[in-house]
Amino acid sequence: MKQGILAKNPSVLIFLAILALFTIVVTFGSEAYGAGFVSTSFVKTLGKTLCLCLAALAMDLIWGYAGILSLGHMAFFALGGYLIGMWLMYARTEEIVVAAMAQDALPATAEEIRQGIATQIFGVVGSSDLPVIWHFAHSLPIQLALVVLVPGLLALAFGWLAFRARVTGVYLSILTQAMTLALALYLFQNDSGLRGNNGLSGLQNLPGLGDVGQDRLSIWFFWASALGLGLAYVALSGVVGGKFGSVIRAIRDDEARVRFLGYSVESYKLFVFTLTAVICAFAGVLYYPQAGIINPAELAPIASIYLAVWVAIGGRGRLYGAVIGAAFVSLMSSLFTGGRVPAIDLGILRIDWVDWWQVLLGVVFVLVTLFAPKGIGGLFDLVLHRRSPDRKGAPLGPEDSALREKEALE
Amino acid sequence: MRLTLMSLIVALCVALMPMSLRAETAASVVVANAAQIEKPSRQTIGPVIDALVATGDPMAAAVLQAWANKGLGQRKSDKAFFLIAPEGDGYRLTDLTGADAGTATKPDISELKPNAGVRGLIATALVQFTLSDPDPAKRAEALTSIARDPKAEHLAPLRAALEGETDPALKAQKARLEQLLTLRFDPDSAARVAAIGGFGADLGIDLRGALNPLLATTRIVVAGNAPAGANVARELSPGRDLPEAEAYDLLVAANLAPARLTLAAQKAALAANIVEGAVGGVALADLSDQTARDRAYTALEQAGTVPAAATSDEVAAAVAAHRYFDVYTEPDPAVTGAARTALDHIGLKQGAMEAVDLGLDALSLSAIYFLAAIGLAITFGVMRVINMAHGEFLTLGAYTGYVVQQWVPNYTASLLIALPLAFAVTFLAGVAIERLVIRHLYKRPLESLLATFGISIALQQLLKNIFGTQARPLTAPAWLDGALTFNDVVSISYIRIAIFVLAMVFLCFFLWLMKRTRLGLEVRAVQQNPTMAASMGINPDRINMLTFGLGSGIAGIAGVAIGLYAKVTSELGADYIVQSFMTVVVGGVGNIWGTLAGAGMIGGLQKVIEWMNPSNTLAAQTYMILFIILFIQFRPRGIIPIKGRAAGD
Repeated sequence: MKQGILAKNPSVLIFLAILALFTIVVTFGSEAYGAGFVSTSFVKTLGKTLCLCLAALAMDLIWGYAGILSLGHMAFFALGGYLIGMWLMYARTEEIVVAAMAQDALPATAEEIRQGIATQIFGVVGSSDLPVIWHFAHSLPIQLALVVLVPGLLALAFGWLAFRARVTGVYLSILTQAMTLALALYLFQNDSGLRGNNGLSGLQNLPGLGDVGQDRLSIWFFWASALGLGLAYVALSGVVGGKFGSVIRAIRDDEARVRFLGYSVESYKLFVFTLTAVICAFAGVLYYPQAGIINPAELAPIASIYLAVWVAIGGRGRLYGAVIGAAFVSLMSSLFTGGRVPAIDLGILRIDWVDWWQVLLGVVFVLVTLFAPKGIGGLFDLVLHRRSPDRKGAPLGPEDSALREKEALE
Repeated sequence: MRLTLMSLIVALCVALMPMSLRAETAASVVVANAAQIEKPSRQTIGPVIDALVATGDPMAAAVLQAWANKGLGQRKSDKAFFLIAPEGDGYRLTDLTGADAGTATKPDISELKPNAGVRGLIATALVQFTLSDPDPAKRAEALTSIARDPKAEHLAPLRAALEGETDPALKAQKARLEQLLTLRFDPDSAARVAAIGGFGADLGIDLRGALNPLLATTRIVVAGNAPAGANVARELSPGRDLPEAEAYDLLVAANLAPARLTLAAQKAALAANIVEGAVGGVALADLSDQTARDRAYTALEQAGTVPAAATSDEVAAAVAAHRYFDVYTEPDPAVTGAARTALDHIGLKQGAMEAVDLGLDALSLSAIYFLAAIGLAITFGVMRVINMAHGEFLTLGAYTGYVVQQWVPNYTASLLIALPLAFAVTFLAGVAIERLVIRHLYKRPLESLLATFGISIALQQLLKNIFGTQARPLTAPAWLDGALTFNDVVSISYIRIAIFVLAMVFLCFFLWLMKRTRLGLEVRAVQQNPTMAASMGINPDRINMLTFGLGSGIAGIAGVAIGLYAKVTSELGADYIVQSFMTVVVGGVGNIWGTLAGAGMIGGLQKVIEWMNPSNTLAAQTYMILFIILFIQFRPRGIIPIKGRAAGD
């Protein structure tokens, strides 16, 4: 079966080879395991970028292949981060509290430890009770199961409501945006049970691994992120390369015709929506321990729109396009906003990239949308002499999300 | 005999002189009572202060004031009194008739320092002076200060000052204050009840401020019946009205029961009694369990090393053996009854007024959403383009208003210039974007959504680079300051009224434009069927351009309006964009009435949810968005959907 996937998608092998090579180079360049020319903080940046690439893969599946422009997928990403963050914070605080209580004359009861943890974590929002949603926070397996269940069920419920009502196109986009905004506003409250706008912090410290330095931890997470991205890439190549992939592409281009052919369009959409939500949640699980902190601002609608921007710049409807777009734009963003790119002096105007990067990104994005709908992925088509079909300017189908003539391949 | 009688009369006259003749000036009273004033005592100084007040001499107020503020001095050489003010090394003296009396060095003068009790009496006496001061501003000030901190002793001076008041407004104010003081402090119960009844269902905050203390209760616990003479508000039964734990805490506070053992106290007691790695026979390692700790403590109790603490059934028995009452601090049941009835009436009326106020708030919020969304509705309705840069057009309009105010200092004039200028600026920006970007993305709503988002982030950052991140002021003209107040509950600020009027103007303008002009006809034709419109000789390209410009221009004007009361930053638009989208989606596209209904629904809903949960506007927005997501289930095309072929499906 796996042979089949690889045979159908030669790009998978190339992608895996590049990812492996990249991982090896970074590992041997890291401070923990090699020459040390890649700093720990840069390893973290690269690891986080791989996680964003994973989220972009999910976005490409839902937008590039299934034609649903979701502007709320970063909500699932952040939810995953919150769920793993709850365990990280609880277990880490438990270590500290137990160590502190060992000084007491009497051995501490379980209730006292629980109370101590609650005070430590929620003192900042003026509370000392552990909210109900933290009930399973002590258990990593349960919390990991929740990473699948919570975003999965949320996506299932939301998708069921939306697709059942035949909400499509821009309406759906706005609705998903509203969903992430609602969630963000809810989490901003202090009594949401997730520390309001303080968010969860100190996530970079793994419980039980206090004596392992950040230099080694960062490489471990980098490996995990690379592994996650590689696995997801292979799996999604299988999904989009098979019959399922053909159906969702058909839904993207001409939903009504697929429906008349007897397929349950809503079920396919719902499946893709839920699957991508779970992938995003897992990306968040890998991302936030590297970022170290999560707060409700991560769920702001703008984050999800950036996800769409990455996929569009990389080239939608091709998995490697999403990865390239996410990696390229997010690395460029950290480069330009890091203040290390020299400013350009135009005499009357000084282009300081920290201030002007967003302007450049916005303009480039508009230009890509207008003139290069294939994005960066289109460069590969130039090299490989792959051409677009001649459809006299008509897109592949009547849907809003159908591929444009210039986006399609012959 | 005659002689003796005569001399007696003369003597009597001389004796009476200070009281009848000399008592007419403040100076004479002070001189006559010099000893008292020099060393005043709270018990005896009352008549002297009254005598000073009774002179009616304007200087009496000044003397009293000075006396209370250590501004009255006595010259040591001749024991004469002066008003003193520090000057250089000594004092400037003013005699008690108000005339200048030169200066004196510090050692010559002894300052009079009345104690706090005497100062209190003087202050009360002064109230009457200020209440009948010839300057109305002073009188108003005195009334405000009494209203702020009413005391029983203010009642008499206030009543005295009521008669002579000439200013009708002040007279009404005094009468109201007199009633408020009467209902709280009058010794006569009937007068208080009458005063309470006289107010009816008045909504004044001052009335509620006066009534509420009358109904203050304290919670008492007794073994038998309620104490005689107590004005009982209600009896509480533990378990139903009163949690058992709280009831027990009351018992402990009243020394009717021993304190309950807290877990922390138990832990401390156990830790203090560790003997050879065990407490009360229980090994230390086992004490990580609550039942083991209880066992150890019981063992210690039996050994007598720790005091006995109340156990659960003891607590229950003690709680059941007592009765609990809420008792009014006000002893008179007639007064508390009248106050309760009055407050109930007020509560009812206030509820109704709050509903009206909430309605006004919702209306004005709806007007803002309508203004913000109308431009979006036009472009979305006609061109099916979601303009994500719409929020930035709002910001652009607000900044235009700010820039105009930098050049035109007159706020009214600058506003009149800013409104059309904002329209022009955003109209041009909209036309430019339509020509450069959107034109190439027709029939591609998702791509145009993303492209306009690219414009939005570029524009937002550009505005931030130009104007900085701090909020810029956009000041409303003075005639828009303040609020239209109907009573203490219902009021609405003039700016909100102006925005409401502006929204109505736009509604009328839009209706006129679409229904009565050639342009509107063409716009509607293109909206329904662009191809057919084109074959009828309408240029859809031009119509699209103008529509987009119009929508953007209206956003600019809305931006000026919003900037008048919100802070103008580069993120101003982003705060309204999602609500605007919601308004359009809920209302249904392509119909101005739909947008109006959507704005009304979203504004109203937000205010109602905020009212149900006033402490938390974030939660209000969350619930509102959830509601909208559910609403879309039932009306996927909005409140007023387009029907027929124009709907496109």
